[in-house]
Amino acid sequence: MNANDELRMKKLLKQSLPPVEGESEPGHDLWPAVLRRLDARPTAIPWFDWALGASLVAFAAFFPASIPVFLYYL
Amino acid sequence: MRNGSSDLLNEFRQGNVAAFETLFRLHQRAVYGWILRIVRNPAAAEDLTVETFWRIHRAHARFQPSRGFEAWARCIATRAALDWLRTQRPETELPAGLPAPATADPAVTDEIRRKTALAFQRLPPRLRLAAVLAVVEEQPHKEVAEALGISVSAVKLRVFRALRSLRKDLQQQGIAP
Repeated sequence: MNANDELRMKKLLKQSLPPVEGESEPGHDLWPAVLRRLDARPTAIPWFDWALGASLVAFAAFFPASIPVFLYYL
Repeated sequence: MRNGSSDLLNEFRQGNVAAFETLFRLHQRAVYGWILRIVRNPAAAEDLTVETFWRIHRAHARFQPSRGFEAWARCIATRAALDWLRTQRPETELPAGLPAPATADPAVTDEIRRKTALAFQRLPPRLRLAAVLAVVEEQPHKEVAEALGISVSAVKLRVFRALRSLRKDLQQQGIAP
């Protein structure tokens, strides 16, 4: 992709996704929601998340060539 | 975003909830606006603003007043937005309520714009995030780099890779941008 292509793609992207214009603000006061969130008990990590994490680590250990692929999609 | 006084920042660092509320009132609008630019969904932006301030409060002891609250909050907001993008599946239809282009190029049809927007949603989140901030929202590369915790060159590289992938996707659909 040369510089002209890059310029064209930027223009097309801006045409397709117009920027969020003007001053934006939340529709209501978010402070009560923040307070509720602060008071909430921290959620425990489910066991299957740990299992999934361990599987990924094991997979990466056995197949190190897959690490860049994982990193790309992160 | 305006930085609070050093007393306020020090009180926040010590876990003072009143100082935290003052900082929230000062910065919530800017944080919400930044997140909205990334996720482009007002309801999600509100939830993520709450999430961001929760993360900010949780990390208050690690805050370094010399760094400034604004840059720190933006960094945390960007990470929260990126986490959200990672949980989203690419849409088959575009969400309603997004702004229409101010100056539409007559050579670009609505169909091409729609396909471009959908193809953009299929990009890896970290490329999408860099491109939406640097290209669509025209934020300075330096600010994007600080928010993402990467170098300016890395931002430029991500933008380039996003545009290249987008072009390839469109070409596969028979569109020659």
